[in-house]
Amino acid sequence: MNSGLTLEDLTVSHDGRVVAQVSASVAPGEVLTLMGPSGSGKSTILSAVMGDLAPGFSQTGRVLLAGRELDGFPPEARHIGILYQDPLLFPHLNVASNLAFGLPRGGSRAERRAMVDAALSDIGLEGYGSRDPATLSGGQAARVALMRTLLSRPSALLLDEPFSKLDTELRARIRSLVLDRARQAGIPTILVTHDAEDAAAAGGRIVQLRSMI
Amino acid sequence: MLRPLPLLTALVLVGPVLAGLLGTLLPAFGIGPLRDGFSLDPFREAFSWPGLARAATVSLLSGMISTLGALAIVALVLAAWHGTRAFAWLERLLSPLLAVPHAATALGLAFVIAPSGWIARLPAQALGWDRPPDLLILQDPLGLSLALGLIAKEVPFLLLMALAALPQLSAKPRLAVARSLGRGRVVGWLLAVFPDLYSRIRLPVMVVLVYGMTNVDMAAILGPSTPPTLSVQIARWMMDPDLALRATAAAAAVIQLALVLFALAVWLAFERLTSLLGKRMVWSAARLPERSLRVAGLALGAASAVAVFSSIAALAIWSVAARWSFPDLAPEAVTLRSWMRFGPAMADTALTTAFIALSATFISLIFTIGCLEAEHRHGITASSRALWLLYLPLIVPQIAFLPGLQILPLWLGGDPGLALVIAAHVVFVLPYVFLSLSGPFRAWDPRYARVAAGLGAGAERTLWRLRLPMLLAPVLTACAVGFAVSVGQYLPTLLLGGGRVPTLATEAVALASGGDRRAIGVWGLGQTAAALLPFALALAIPAILFRNRLGMRRE
Repeated sequence: MNSGLTLEDLTVSHDGRVVAQVSASVAPGEVLTLMGPSGSGKSTILSAVMGDLAPGFSQTGRVLLAGRELDGFPPEARHIGILYQDPLLFPHLNVASNLAFGLPRGGSRAERRAMVDAALSDIGLEGYGSRDPATLSGGQAARVALMRTLLSRPSALLLDEPFSKLDTELRARIRSLVLDRARQAGIPTILVTHDAEDAAAAGGRIVQLRSMI
Repeated sequence: MLRPLPLLTALVLVGPVLAGLLGTLLPAFGIGPLRDGFSLDPFREAFSWPGLARAATVSLLSGMISTLGALAIVALVLAAWHGTRAFAWLERLLSPLLAVPHAATALGLAFVIAPSGWIARLPAQALGWDRPPDLLILQDPLGLSLALGLIAKEVPFLLLMALAALPQLSAKPRLAVARSLGRGRVVGWLLAVFPDLYSRIRLPVMVVLVYGMTNVDMAAILGPSTPPTLSVQIARWMMDPDLALRATAAAAAVIQLALVLFALAVWLAFERLTSLLGKRMVWSAARLPERSLRVAGLALGAASAVAVFSSIAALAIWSVAARWSFPDLAPEAVTLRSWMRFGPAMADTALTTAFIALSATFISLIFTIGCLEAEHRHGITASSRALWLLYLPLIVPQIAFLPGLQILPLWLGGDPGLALVIAAHVVFVLPYVFLSLSGPFRAWDPRYARVAAGLGAGAERTLWRLRLPMLLAPVLTACAVGFAVSVGQYLPTLLLGGGRVPTLATEAVALASGGDRRAIGVWGLGQTAAALLPFALALAIPAILFRNRLGMRRE
């Protein structure tokens, strides 16, 4: 088919009751926005795409990534990056180790270190590698989280209300950074948000989910 | 690979208890290698022991008084002071006391409350007595000094259990509402928060009740001696070279178990009654003497902390005392002679103790992490019935099923020894390690696991590289708890080691009857240190390892 991300009649049920339902297809470099009231199953859909639905949930329909059906693959084999509203940097590792955590296999130690250094200067954090993530500002941490995901070369990107905890000014900057990078990298991206401004900035199609309660 | 672990863990907890009960029950009726076949002789012998009635009474009294006392103090302290600065201070004072072994507390407390002890020396100084008053304070026939020691030791335990449960109750807003409705602080807390809190600490309260009735280590030191408590007498029969007496012991253990069941039934009736009274108080708009209750709460809480602290202090001072005669409050000089005399032997025993404690803790940790990780990966969630399983080895009295576990290998041709001791310790260490680690483990933000999966990390890598390092502090705390529990185990070590596996606990209790105060000081302090040291390490190691990681600080 295509090299994007396709949700084909994706339906998630719990105890025989449908809790989320969507059909959509996202082209590489496109950002699709999922909007809907709470209870419409936005995070359930993200879980289904990632492949870690909680026990008790069942799924019908298909998730296709680059033409490959994802059903049956464990989350770590799907290469789907996710960003939350918290940067969730691993607190026991320094900034550089956080970035190195998801680097694909291959390359010498020096090459990998060079990739991390280049990534740091790319987001304006040159020399921050040995820093404690807890000492970063909100904007810096958000940039590291984004770069950590991009360095793992994801085939798709999920954004779970990633800007909702940032203040207005920072929010616009981080939003355009994340969206620009996702488009540049040619990754199919799904953005889940409550915020109409986020949806407008994403510039892609908007799918409204119905409440299932 | 993890899937069978929860079931296996349940077996580890339940198996020994059931096997032990069976192993006690059969010989009690004369079945097995100890006697010739089914008969009621063992029971006849147990009932013909002249001390039985008195021993049963003391068992009931010390269990009920200590449980009521400890629970009342904890409820009063929380009702009167929870959320205040005085409470924070008291909490800090009481928490480390949880780890102090029962035996060491009892040994030290004996130094404090004996007629020749610290307390009696105060009036003696003032009034010029030159010899201890002729009072039977220690080992009193009703077991009151035993109950006192139990209260002092169980207050920190129940308080920490309550503090672990309180955050789920939104106690603060509830109390605020009760007070805004015109109720006093103490009565408002007792009526609005306590019922819910109690239902959550009910199992620990029963652990306290059963331990109070059936423990051997504290009872051997503080309890009456002629006759001793029933459990102490059972342990004596079990350790008698005459193997036939073990059947008598088994029968007595069945009697003890029946007593415990009776006491639990009484306790349940008491729960009903209290709940009825509480409901009445809601309707009657009754007031309580708030001010005196607050003073009493603080005084009782502080007193139980002081009791344990002064016990440790008494052990410490006796261990370095030169001449120290009545009624002096302090020894004439300080010397290291006792440490040089008893230190080397104690170091040997400490090594055995540490080996047993480390092994039991390590095994328990594997089971615990395996179960919790299985829960995380496969969604095998523990029901409330699983919590009962966890508490089973703590609620079924040790004295009722350990004799069976000792007799069983005898039956099967095995030998008591180190391996059996470690296995028995696991049964008691595992529940505490699990209870200690499960909260933080489950509270770990699962989004980290999802982020890691998005970065290509599988479940194993997430566990070893993210979850366990991030949970290092609670993991080490759980280890310290497990270690302390193992160091405190007296009866399993004595019975399953066949008296041939000496640990700090067995040696300290054995010394109690000898009356060499300096030896008791050294060994008692050694046992306390062995239980406390791992807690210090559990605090220090993460602090040093993660000294440059603000996000890893304890809240």
